[in-house]
Amino acid sequence: MNLPQFLDMGHYAPYVWGSYGVTFGFMLIELILLITKRRSLIKSIARLARLNKQC
Amino acid sequence: MNFFTKAFWLQLSSPKTFYPVAGKLTPLFMAIALVLTVVGLYYGFVLAPPDYQQGDSYRIMFIHVPAAWMSMWIYVVMCVFAIIGMVWRTRLSDMMAGALAPTGAMFTFLALWTGALWGKPTWGTYWVWDARLTSELILLFLYFGFIALRAAIDDPQRAARASALLACVGVINVPIIYFSVKWWNTLHQGASVGLTQKATMEETMLSAMMIMTFAFWAYTFAVAFMRVRNEILEREKNSAWVAQTLSGDASSDSVSQDANVGENK
Repeated sequence: MNLPQFLDMGHYAPYVWGSYGVTFGFMLIELILLITKRRSLIKSIARLARLNKQC
Repeated sequence: MNFFTKAFWLQLSSPKTFYPVAGKLTPLFMAIALVLTVVGLYYGFVLAPPDYQQGDSYRIMFIHVPAAWMSMWIYVVMCVFAIIGMVWRTRLSDMMAGALAPTGAMFTFLALWTGALWGKPTWGTYWVWDARLTSELILLFLYFGFIALRAAIDDPQRAARASALLACVGVINVPIIYFSVKWWNTLHQGASVGLTQKATMEETMLSAMMIMTFAFWAYTFAVAFMRVRNEILEREKNSAWVAQTLSGDASSDSVSQDANVGENK
């Protein structure tokens, strides 16, 4: 099977790739959101620590 | 380390102890998920032959079925954590229940989404109000309700109790989803894989589906641990150990002392 044939998925391309794309897209977005959240949390905690130090 | 003593579990259920443990397990489960996904996709797209009736459209199954299984399984695990939290008042159990909910909701949505895209070429419609599809949609709303209820109540303890109750009442929906194809005449097909029967599909197809299920399972572990770590940080941001863990350098002593003062105010 060659690449264009593979990508065509027996004329079911929109359905198959629509499923896989959205599934892995969602998982990737979830990961990115969690990492971003962690970074912002760490930043705010560091700020809190600095404020406490100044007091 | 004795896994069967009460002390071990009590200690592990303290957010402070669990935070580094979850941190170590996250990359491990992420790596497992990644490897299994690659292997599963190889099985699903290269080794498994096209279906004799559905052609290549059936390959949606390799993510549709795992997503649907995870959506139900995560709800059950979430409910178990909620009950543990309710009975023993362990904060971590409630946090775990809360950490699982968004991922469970995501898999429920994905099961519906991939199901719709599979339904169009095979049934000729994206959606029918069939027992299986409707009960899965109700599961999505139960997840939303659980998440919204937790977010709506400010006091974490009250939020935990209220949402735990909702999770327990809603868990009745899971067997309804599972057995819906037996109890009612549905457009959705019956189970091809079960504990008590031989799977009615080709071996490579079955392998692809099972490997993808384990990949999703490992992924769920990883993201739930990441989310619970975020939750712990957020709730314990004033405590000394958080400041110590995060800074980890020479200045950490003074920081943690100051943080302690802040907590006692």
